[in-house]
Amino acid sequence: MLSYLAKRLAGFVPLLLGISFVSFMVMAMAPGSPVDLMTDMNPKASPEARVQLEKYYGLDQPLHVQYRLWLGRIVHGDLGTSFSRDRRPVLDKILEALPITLMINVLDLALILMLAIPIGIYSAARQYSLVDRITTVFVFIGFAMPSFWIALLAMMFFGEHLGWLPISGLRSLDYDSMTTLGKVGDRIAHLILPVGIAAVTGLAGMSRYMRSSMLEVLRQDYVQTARAKGLSERVVLMRHALRNALLPVVTLLGLSIPGLIGGAVIAETIFAIPGMGRLFYTSVLARDYPVVMGITLIGALLTLVGNLLADLMYVAVDPRLRKR
Amino acid sequence: MPADRLVVGALALLLAAGCAGGGTDPEEAPPLASNAARNPQDDKPAYGDAIVFGTIGDASTLIPMLASDSASHEYAGNIFDGLLTYDKTLSTLEPRLAERWEVEDGGQRITFHLRRDVKWTDGKPFTARDVQFGFNLIRDPSTLTAYAEDYKQVQTFELIDDWTFRVVYEKPFAPALSSWGSMVVLPRHLLEGKNINESDFGQHPVGLGAHVFEDWERNTRFTLRANPTYYRGRPWIERVVYRVIPDEATQFLELKSGGLDMMGLTPLQYTRQTSTPVFAQDFRKYRYVSNAYTYMGYNLSDPRFADVRVRRAFSHAINKQEIVDAVLMGLGKPAEGPYRPGTAWLNKDLPAYTWDPAKSRALLAEAGWTDTDGDGVVDKDGVPFSFRILTNQGNDQRLKTATIIQKRLRDVGVDASVRVLEWSAFINDFIDKRKFEAIVLGWSLSLDPDQYDIWHSSKTGYKQFNFVGYNNPEVDELLEKGRRTFDEAERKRIYDRIQMILYEDQPYTFLYVPEATPILASRFHGIEEQPAGISWNFPLWYVPAGQQKYTITK
Repeated sequence: MLSYLAKRLAGFVPLLLGISFVSFMVMAMAPGSPVDLMTDMNPKASPEARVQLEKYYGLDQPLHVQYRLWLGRIVHGDLGTSFSRDRRPVLDKILEALPITLMINVLDLALILMLAIPIGIYSAARQYSLVDRITTVFVFIGFAMPSFWIALLAMMFFGEHLGWLPISGLRSLDYDSMTTLGKVGDRIAHLILPVGIAAVTGLAGMSRYMRSSMLEVLRQDYVQTARAKGLSERVVLMRHALRNALLPVVTLLGLSIPGLIGGAVIAETIFAIPGMGRLFYTSVLARDYPVVMGITLIGALLTLVGNLLADLMYVAVDPRLRKR
Repeated sequence: MPADRLVVGALALLLAAGCAGGGTDPEEAPPLASNAARNPQDDKPAYGDAIVFGTIGDASTLIPMLASDSASHEYAGNIFDGLLTYDKTLSTLEPRLAERWEVEDGGQRITFHLRRDVKWTDGKPFTARDVQFGFNLIRDPSTLTAYAEDYKQVQTFELIDDWTFRVVYEKPFAPALSSWGSMVVLPRHLLEGKNINESDFGQHPVGLGAHVFEDWERNTRFTLRANPTYYRGRPWIERVVYRVIPDEATQFLELKSGGLDMMGLTPLQYTRQTSTPVFAQDFRKYRYVSNAYTYMGYNLSDPRFADVRVRRAFSHAINKQEIVDAVLMGLGKPAEGPYRPGTAWLNKDLPAYTWDPAKSRALLAEAGWTDTDGDGVVDKDGVPFSFRILTNQGNDQRLKTATIIQKRLRDVGVDASVRVLEWSAFINDFIDKRKFEAIVLGWSLSLDPDQYDIWHSSKTGYKQFNFVGYNNPEVDELLEKGRRTFDEAERKRIYDRIQMILYEDQPYTFLYVPEATPILASRFHGIEEQPAGISWNFPLWYVPAGQQKYTITK
């Protein structure tokens, strides 16, 4: 087991190198450069100012030299400094945005699982019943509606019309003068809409997966055996069928780990949340190479770790894999 | 200069003098705030309360000479001040940190006398040494600034005493005077010996303007307090907050539910969504001409567009008022030249390029373009007139404009198509390489009339701004003369002539000037609408004691 883990971890190194090299080159090949934003269409900016900026950012060096320099810093654990005029460390920028995105995505995923698993089980156990049909229609409506549109409708209804929930942001203007309880309440109130809407639109996938894998399992012989020996339907479903039906869900969970740090640009823009999605998007538009590369690298690393974790979780939930 | 920044798009910046503005519209007299109307005693200025602005993007640095985005300049405009600034009519410069100045030798020598009562907010006095420091810094080749050009024209900087200095120019340079804004005002005692590019001063600056930096939560909120020792008097409003809300629809919902006090409205929001009685009671809307214009530029090295008759034909084919009505919902003015309507520099004798398809067709025929094969498209030597209009992605107004132009050109037998490109690709692969036939773009310019960089024939190089390749020796000569002349009347004659030549040459079809359309909560009093907009007297805005919304502690 340990040697397996070591082998997998060692395999990360060439993979990450490859990923970073390709991303670096793709980014550099995209038209435009970081200095454009400061000098393009600004009649006060002279060509000398441009040359000087390029030199300062090291953009006058050949690409392979730029990549080598970047790699050299990474090996020393330094993600570099943003090309934006604030010149702040990339790590600081990521660490500001990451907790926000992580919190929203984890809450979102938890909410989806809490809803999707029971919905899936119920719909499978009572296939084609009224409840099955209603939930099916409901989750597909959520899936089919563009999230920015429901988000705006929800903001208008809950935020403006009823005035129950804040419209955007993560905290109120007078947050600092609130009591501790008030602060907690304020934060929760701000999270309800973004998390709720992400869950509504993401519910379909997980619940349908759960339903179909449950249906699959319920057709197996051992389920019939369990029923034949007189176990209650509840025990059959929850103890015998559910465990096996969860396997595909575990796969899905493993795959969604890297997604946890990737923020949704549109949702973050609408709700004015300073998360990873907006950080990445604005960095790409500004050709802020160090930030883009930093996020890509972390994303790649988490994808690899996520895959590894999914494989390990299989072993945990599937005894057949343990023997090998 | 809050909230005057609007939908004008990705182009250029407003420099030192800053805010957008223009002619007032007499039909848009704001209703009196209801409370004040009922009870005049309640309309007394009072300290306190906060104002919350919505902004689409966050700033990057608050050091004006390093900043390149409009949010940065806007935030910094509250913290720093210039030696002088354009007045509310935008026609003359008025004193700020300098109490007076003398222009000698036809503009070659300028002597500034600074106020002696100004202090940085950390208590140190502001002196001419601070300006000298800022001046040396912006000219230092290692400082990463895009604004050094104006200061490089200075030959010597002579410090006379702590409050007086003299600058001598190689040649008189008229835009020089307005360059002594806030760009070079930095606290020497905090920055000397530091690398300005890497300094964190821009993240929590010490200034001397109407407001003091308080707190900055990235991409979320930027907070300022009133400066109690501000040399022009403590501002009434105690706290200024910018909330970063990238989506216009969200901003509007926040405004309606009280989360914002001021924002720039889109034309649709201005005309259709803010006319309810609730809005009339809680808010006031303003509109004034902004500091930008949109144009269609032609690649003059293209033989078809090198013919002035073709360009004039196009200008007659396009109905500018129709574009204003459809794209801006009427919130703008047709443009005939590159100067802002309502300012002194505009040549008022320019007749409008009237929408006249018949004349347009006649001009095209005169240039040799007629429909010989009856397919509805004019042709010359067997080649049909078809070309492509390029514009940048993310600016809906420009796309709509291009589409309307496409239709109108079709009416006179010209086959135009429209292509939208991502900004960087547009600039690098098309504009810089001159691979375009026509473009729809906009300019947002500083208030000095000098437009040397855009029209002079020497400015057609790589990454320079005369990318249409305009070349008129008389305009070249006038541009050179204009920037060497300090006499206002003489300058006016020069720029009037330039406008007339541009009008005849039509290197651009000047399309329209959009209006700024801010909306402001009606509890704020003291607003005075001027050509400069409404924000020029921001420190004098106040909320009467009975109407204050936020209680500021600490």
